[in-house]
Amino acid sequence: MSSMHFSNLTYNSLLKMFSKDKRFDGRKLIEQRDFTIEYDVSNKAEGSARVRMGKTEVVVGVKLEVGAPYPDSRDKGNLMVSGDLLPLASPRFESGPPKFAAIELPRLIDRMVRESHVIDLKKLVIVENEKVWVVIIDVYPINDDGNLIGAASIATAAALLETHIPELDENGMIDHDKKATKKLPLETGVIPLSFTFYKLGDSLLVDPTREEEEACDGKIVWGISNYKGKEHMIHSAQKGLEATMSSEDIAKMMKELPKLFDDTLKKLKKFLK
Amino acid sequence: MTFKRTDGRKLDEIRPMTAKIGVVPNADGSAIFTFGKTVAIAAVYGPRMLHPQHMQDPKAAILRVNYDLLSFSVSDRKKPGPSRRSQEISKVTEWALSPALDLKDFPNTVIDVQIYILQADASTRVAGINAASMALAQAGIPMRDLICAVAIGKMDKDLVVDVNKDEEDFEEGEAASDIPIAKLANSDRITLLQLDGNIQPEIVSKAIALANKAFEKIYEVQKKALKEVISE
Repeated sequence: MSSMHFSNLTYNSLLKMFSKDKRFDGRKLIEQRDFTIEYDVSNKAEGSARVRMGKTEVVVGVKLEVGAPYPDSRDKGNLMVSGDLLPLASPRFESGPPKFAAIELPRLIDRMVRESHVIDLKKLVIVENEKVWVVIIDVYPINDDGNLIGAASIATAAALLETHIPELDENGMIDHDKKATKKLPLETGVIPLSFTFYKLGDSLLVDPTREEEEACDGKIVWGISNYKGKEHMIHSAQKGLEATMSSEDIAKMMKELPKLFDDTLKKLKKFLK
Repeated sequence: MTFKRTDGRKLDEIRPMTAKIGVVPNADGSAIFTFGKTVAIAAVYGPRMLHPQHMQDPKAAILRVNYDLLSFSVSDRKKPGPSRRSQEISKVTEWALSPALDLKDFPNTVIDVQIYILQADASTRVAGINAASMALAQAGIPMRDLICAVAIGKMDKDLVVDVNKDEEDFEEGEAASDIPIAKLANSDRITLLQLDGNIQPEIVSKAIALANKAFEKIYEVQKKALKEVISE
């Protein structure tokens, strides 16, 4: 084990505080930190955003490339989500082949975005059966103080809303000098977001700091949207870590999840251009 | 209108299941589990010394799971070797199995669980978990309980039990949701929950209740197979 292994002292005090619905930073268990969104992290990206949530900071960039359609979806553009836990963002992250957490983050964002159908991939065909737009979402933490997936989901939504489709030249290549004016086709009003419930003892909490996240022994990550602009719809979920969840735990999450979504969506809308 | 299953099953009907123990003589424990045409094989090796030494846990054995599809188990040949998908499934399977195990008697060791899919007709990870759970029991690893796993589906608005490939690809209405779930057989402790698709929050608990009914049947199949090897 590394020298950064969690101390029993912190574990026990968190356990005690959580059972009284208290946290070191004064929040209740089901209460998120405020966040800010900034745009234009890179003017070379077709859309980008930076989210700061407490000390957690994540940047997301969207690039568009011209590519061939997948054989099983010839009438659609392609979506890819990648990213990495850069050693820039935490002493806990290491260079080299991606560890599980670095694989999980983009995969969970991918499933949330894909299943919400927020991007209208059918409108991204350039030449039928031959050429389509490939939308590549890249997620990078700049500083990890917990809840990277939550912050990344907000940054992803913001970046997608700002994404423009580049112009093509006469050879069908992307012309980076021409100003892109056409927006990425998105399902109007639909925004997918991700929320993770962590478990320590019998307590459930959201938006943990790094310290809280490390103390917890169970979690479930949920991707949810206001599907078709109407009802709450869950698009992705993944239980992680070794603590088990009861049906009651899940029922509680299902009660809180729509409220968290509505609350975050309201805050997010204040930052939209 | 209710969803009609292409194989004629009732919405809450599991495909025919089979379970067989001791299918890899070299392993400390092994099993095959099938849901209809989905066939998973699992082998357990260990507890055995873990190398390199710095990975050892002086307090307990560590569980290491590897899940993958054999190259010819799917329509489009799967390139051999780990993919991001298989790495993710390996990890969630590890988390799905470990709450059943008591590993503190085997410090500094590793228990390797190898799961391979011979033939895939959806629900492969849950078939793999059912096989692995039996293989761990045969290997004599101290267990609190068996782990049972099943994939619940939602086809447009209807919940179904044990999703097959046709159903996984269903696209009408609210389309297909795939919800693999696993739990300790005899307590309300969920160890695996994944979800892909479109499902209203209030339906999630119904999906879990439906899985609980299926677990009772899966548990009987696992128990019966294990009893057969004990009586031999």
